Amino acid sequence: MIPALGLLIGLAAGIFLHPAVPLALQPYLPIAVIAALDAVFGGVRAVLDGIFNDKVFVVSFLSNVVVAAFIVFLGDQLGVGSQLSTGVVVVLGIRIFSNVASIRRHIFRA
Amino acid sequence: MSSPAGPDESAVPEPTPSTWRRLMLMMRPRATKANLLSAALALLLGFAVATQVRQNSSLGLESLRQSDLVNILDDATLQSARLDQNARELQATRDQLVSGSTSGAAALKAAQERLDALAILAGTARAHGPGLRMTITDPGGKVTAPVLLDAIQELRDAGAEAIQVNNVRIVAGSHFSQGPDGIEIDGRSVPQPYTIAAIGDPATMSSAMEIPGGLSENVRQLGATIKIVQEKELTVGALHAQSAPRYARPVPQSAPAAP
Repeated sequence: MIPALGLLIGLAAGIFLHPAVPLALQPYLPIAVIAALDAVFGGVRAVLDGIFNDKVFVVSFLSNVVVAAFIVFLGDQLGVGSQLSTGVVVVLGIRIFSNVASIRRHIFRA
Repeated sequence: MSSPAGPDESAVPEPTPSTWRRLMLMMRPRATKANLLSAALALLLGFAVATQVRQNSSLGLESLRQSDLVNILDDATLQSARLDQNARELQATRDQLVSGSTSGAAALKAAQERLDALAILAGTARAHGPGLRMTITDPGGKVTAPVLLDAIQELRDAGAEAIQVNNVRIVAGSHFSQGPDGIEIDGRSVPQPYTIAAIGDPATMSSAMEIPGGLSENVRQLGATIKIVQEKELTVGALHAQSAPRYARPVPQSAPAAP
């Protein structure tokens, strides 16, 4: 409940405050967002599986974001930044899909 | 938590009736430290999503990578070359059309001038300009067709370009004859007094009429009176009915001139 409210408040703040993304963070923000989404869907699935743990959620959220950003940073340093961020997005996308499929089975029994 | 995706991809979990209850339980606000931390992370996520979406929609070129920029530059260069080519072609077409229309307009103007000259000559168009108006009153009926024809001839010598007698237009094919009740021109009876309107140089025509032994003297000797008025603006309004030639046919211009 409280995290859901936090999500809504964050969306509203982002929409109304018009923040500018610092230039150094611009390549990493989209990847970090995807990684965080992956963590959120995984958390919802864990809730439905009955194995949710607050601490695990927080740690996985932060580590997902940091690792995704780090991979992209490393790719940029190696000159394969765009390919690597594509790869990260593909992997995270697959994980999000499988988590959503699991959630769907819980909710709709199908 | 972001639990591994692999194991239960195939295994459908038991549809437990407690799913919704578990969700409800989770939704209940609990002021634990971890829950608050989750809320803070969710807030951060929402903020980042909204920011990124905004950033992306107002995105300029500055956030793109070098290879993307090179691609865009290539595309732009190619497109510019193509558009340049297009513009050159269109320019050439436009030049052609412009020159075509101006030469067409010049040809049309020349044709119109030719048509005007021929129409005045053939008597199918009204003409106006400076000229001479002569009135011959002949109580004795002594002025005959040859006298009138002489008058027309003299006017032509003096440069008359359009002539009408009463309301009959005089053209190249006009013929004068003596009918039962007076002079006839082109078969139409011309009653007295004879009013001749001629467009041309008024002074030249006037002096041609007045010279000794000329028209005026002849007419006066016949007992008629003649009045000559020079006009600055005169209208020859009578028209000659055009009829297609029955026998004469134009020789094609490319054909050699017949002997």
